[in-house]
Amino acid sequence: MDYKKPLPGIDIWSRPFWAGTRAGELRMQCCGDCRTIFFPPGPVCPSCQSRNLTWETLSGRGEVLSWVIFHQLYFKGFADEQPYNVALVKLDEGPLMYTNVVGTDNDKLAIGMRLEAVFEPATDEITMPRFRAVQP
Amino acid sequence: MTTEHLRDQTCIVGVGTTAYGNFPETDANGLGADALSMALADAGLTLGDVDGIIVNRIPSYERFSEMIGLNNPTFGAQLQASGRMSGASVMMAAMALASGQAKCIALVYGNNGRSVREYYGGGDSLWAPWGFTSPGARHAMMTRRHMHLYGTRSDQLAHVAKTFRDHAALNPAAVMRKPFTIDDHQNSRFITEPLRLLDYCLINDGGVAFIMTTADRARDMKKKPVYISGMAREDTYENSSTYTSPDDFWFGALDRMAGRIYREAGIGREAVDGLMIYDNFTPTVVFSLEGMGFCKRGEGGPFVEEWHLALGSGLPTNTNGGHLSESYMQGWALIAEAVRQLRGECGERQIKDAEVIQYICATPISNSILFRN
Ligand SMILES: [Zn+2]
Repeated sequence: MDYKKPLPGIDIWSRPFWAGTRAGELRMQCCGDCRTIFFPPGPVCPSCQSRNLTWETLSGRGEVLSWVIFHQLYFKGFADEQPYNVALVKLDEGPLMYTNVVGTDNDKLAIGMRLEAVFEPATDEITMPRFRAVQP
Repeated sequence: MTTEHLRDQTCIVGVGTTAYGNFPETDANGLGADALSMALADAGLTLGDVDGIIVNRIPSYERFSEMIGLNNPTFGAQLQASGRMSGASVMMAAMALASGQAKCIALVYGNNGRSVREYYGGGDSLWAPWGFTSPGARHAMMTRRHMHLYGTRSDQLAHVAKTFRDHAALNPAAVMRKPFTIDDHQNSRFITEPLRLLDYCLINDGGVAFIMTTADRARDMKKKPVYISGMAREDTYENSSTYTSPDDFWFGALDRMAGRIYREAGIGREAVDGLMIYDNFTPTVVFSLEGMGFCKRGEGGPFVEEWHLALGSGLPTNTNGGHLSESYMQGWALIAEAVRQLRGECGERQIKDAEVIQYICATPISNSILFRN
């Protein structure tokens, strides 16, 4: 494999998330009592402290709340794409996540832009979810 | 909750600051020890007078105390190496003193991040697979959002950076003293866009120490005590994985702090003669002014553009040059500057007749202290 970017550290709480991306789905924890969907994953519902949690498949859609362009290189694996973007995305189901927006020039990024998840295999184990503009 | 019963109960009676720069011949322990000796001399005390210790960014409270020969204190603590902990350290010392756990506490900070080439960003983190890292990037993300909601502009942030550099030009201890123009700021390279090089704080080595004691013990000391008149702390942990909630900019925490600190200190906002604002990045200053109510929410950009923060205007801020131009001592040097302003020791950069200085730190542990002489 010649994937050079940092790989995620997977723990017992996040393993189902990464199993989801490998299956081409964005899955997050959902509280069986108050229906809150949250991310990053953890042992209890942060809204009501319930342990009654399930993993749900999300729509994979959301919108850009903010975005930045990295001109400084912090990770050698991103050197080929420098300067690269990172967006703060609010998923339609509520959770926030940082991600890269692919397929759109950095100078065309905008707050409010509608996004959908795409899944890029990185290694045999890891598939990275990134986002692209919702296709018409 | 209230801390009103702590009003004017404790004081800073000694401050010590080392030179700031690149000092590979020493380390955080050495810098901290030097600052502590200076602070004790400033207070007219010796180590034998100290019965409590708080260290910050020094690797071990235990080893540090052993090294300097502080063997049997009745209070000790070590706080995490982040800037939010400077104000938290002073507040912890005030509480320990007021509750009788110690009579005289040494607070010691040592930072050798420059000489060991500490790099803020690039380590393992939740978001590293997407290339997201560094405190600057988190503030850049907040800044873009603030620009979108309120029309804040990069050239307004430049006014913060330029004001503090102009102050640093009056401070012989400052690392960066050469004044620049708004255009220079606008032409400086992006680090994480929309933030530029001159929106970022410095990285340098140095040490800072304070000696704190109770008001009754402070009266007979060498220098005029600086009183802790008010203190407030509000933590924000929701959405800490993405650093902060969108559209919050620490406003919620700071607004709650503003709602009690002035009342509890018996000092109104209008009585504040100068500010020391935790300026890790220029936008943090804007967020702090808005949250604490020095301008309206969303109007921090136009406010700083009117040069209110400059010496000689209504709200002189970071008169030492702050983290942007004096030194990256994670709040500690700003608190030292507050003490020196209230003692009238600041020479060319002295705020005339300064009686009240407020320290403000907008972070996941937001905190503020009202100092008076
Ligand atoms: Zn719940």
